[in-house]
Amino acid sequence: MSQTTVSRRNFIKGVIAGSVAVSSAAYLFRGSPLLSGQAARTGGVERLLTLTVNGQARRVDVAPQETLANTLRYKLGLTGTKLGCDRAECGACTVLVDDVPRYACSVLTHAVRTKTIVTIEGLAAADGTLHPVQQGVVDEQGFQCAFCMSGFIMAAVGYLKKHPDPTREELARGVSGNLCRCQDYDKILTALHRGAALSRGVARG
Amino acid sequence: MAIVHDVIPPFQLYQPASVDEALDLLDARGQDAWALAGGMDSFDWLKDRTKRTSVVVELGQIAELQGIRESGGGFEIGAMTTLTAVAEHAGIRERFSVLAEAAELVASPQIRNQGTLGGNVSQDARCWYYRRGWHCYRAGGNICYADTPTAVNREHAILGADRCVAVSPSDTAPALIALDAQMVIRRKGAERIVQAADYFRGPDIDITRMTVLEPGELLTAIRIPATWAGARFYFEKVRDRQVWDFPLVNVASAIKADGGRIADARIAVGAVAARPLRLQAVEQAIAGRPLGDETAAMAAELAIQGAVPLRHNAYKVPLMRNLVRRAVRGGPMGATT
Ligand SMILES: Cc1cc2nc3c(=O)[nH]c(=O)nc-3n(C[C@H](O)[C@H](O)[C@H](O)COP(=O)(O)OP(=O)(O)OC[C@H]3O[C@@H](n4cnc5c(N)ncnc54)[C@H](O)[C@@H]3O)c2cc1C
Ligand code: SF4
Ligand code: FES
Ligand code: FES
Repeated sequence: MSQTTVSRRNFIKGVIAGSVAVSSAAYLFRGSPLLSGQAARTGGVERLLTLTVNGQARRVDVAPQETLANTLRYKLGLTGTKLGCDRAECGACTVLVDDVPRYACSVLTHAVRTKTIVTIEGLAAADGTLHPVQQGVVDEQGFQCAFCMSGFIMAAVGYLKKHPDPTREELARGVSGNLCRCQDYDKILTALHRGAALSRGVARG
Repeated sequence: MAIVHDVIPPFQLYQPASVDEALDLLDARGQDAWALAGGMDSFDWLKDRTKRTSVVVELGQIAELQGIRESGGGFEIGAMTTLTAVAEHAGIRERFSVLAEAAELVASPQIRNQGTLGGNVSQDARCWYYRRGWHCYRAGGNICYADTPTAVNREHAILGADRCVAVSPSDTAPALIALDAQMVIRRKGAERIVQAADYFRGPDIDITRMTVLEPGELLTAIRIPATWAGARFYFEKVRDRQVWDFPLVNVASAIKADGGRIADARIAVGAVAARPLRLQAVEQAIAGRPLGDETAAMAAELAIQGAVPLRHNAYKVPLMRNLVRRAVRGGPMGATT
């Protein structure tokens, strides 16, 4: 892609981050005025939140009924978190909330306003060094279309925090809340298992 | 199931910091208010627009509803304790493993990380006609779509049906019944305690609700008495897939033996009726009998007395019989994820 071409992804991200965010949200939510900066309804929670996402404090206007996946994707431009089913049935939206894997499509943003949220965008180090689980995926070329990938990686990273040295079978159970439409489970497990080894500091090669 | 990447219809959201505050809100808003725990049951209704609410009272900020406390040789489990926390708790695993086992077999890791024990026992029926928004008995109408000649009812009830043939979907419910757990229910200015077996309601009593919870009430805690600590436990769940799937039938038992004979027993079966069934007739019949295959077989035959299968769920009768037999006979626990 040439330098001047604007990819669809970057265009959408730019729109979300920029001043026309309101109209973009209104488009995504089918013209619903609910997410487009209306004054808070009487009673109930304060809409303006400061969320801790990927180590940053992000100030954002969140509707009471908004899910975390929608806030991340459409308000904060963090489109690495995918929406597959929107019904807690696929795992594509998995993020870490206080280090615990959760389905972002099935949690209200307001419910996690005091927590620490980490998405796939927050895994790599500041200098760009990949997280060991990401590196494992690169090394083993673990995914096909990779739509399920960020969810799988987040689920694995969360699981490894509690179980740093799992067998392949244990790791399979650890990421059993994630589906892959391409049915690439064998390679995914190999990649994540390598990621587990790299996380423990086992040398590459 | 409709897949709509859209926002939930608007509601007012309250995040009380204490149980008293939550009870005040529920009292003031009455039928309009929806108590939200982990939301793993609630969000489907709201996203699909099959149920609506104008007020949501989110319970996640209330510290006193969280956690597991020692209490007289047993435990008091806050209603908002996650299924993961229940499954991983060392004391529960040691003394009441049947509950840890049941919690660990619910749904998927992420759902257990968020779904609560209180929500698991208070969840609504999973009958797809009902969840699809069909105006059936349970939804206030006058027909059961799951009990017609063309209905798809493989997952439905074989016992205790009364117009509605939906089943109790909870995995932890039979375990709590087997442990003689007590459900602590509060409303503004009052508290009542209900035995786990009596917490659940069949359609003969109330066809639109699965539990005894009335509007304005909260389940605040689940108490596990010391009674069955260290008993011989059994839990088994049979499902189509090894993860994410509701039980086709599940069984929980607690048995105290004395010199090779059954001194006392609790057996409960889920997903065969609208409420998890405590099999009291079986418990009485096996009391005093020797542990072993013969008693187990007798218990199993007795358990399925009166079962009436629908068109597609006759398999549940032998399945329930075999699970009860294993629950009485004992041995290594069944399916694990
Ligand atoms: C894909 C999927 C698979 C699943 N598989 C299984 C399974 O295999 N086994 C199983 O048992 N369950 C299963 N479930 C259901 C889910 O695990 C349970 O519904 C979950 O434990 C509910 O807990 P929650 O805290 O998320 O409930 P919520 O959705 O928050 O609440 C459920 C209901 O209970 C009420 N409620 C909750 N807490 C209280 C309280 N303290 N006081 C009063 N009322 C309350 C709510 O108002 C609501 O009506 C599955 C769910 C999904 C989405
Ligand atoms: S089984 Fe119950 S919930 Fe399902 S359609 Fe019949 S009445 Fe409705
Ligand atoms: S999008 Fe959240 S689990 Fe599928
Ligand atoms: S690689 Fe395509 S969905 Fe998993």
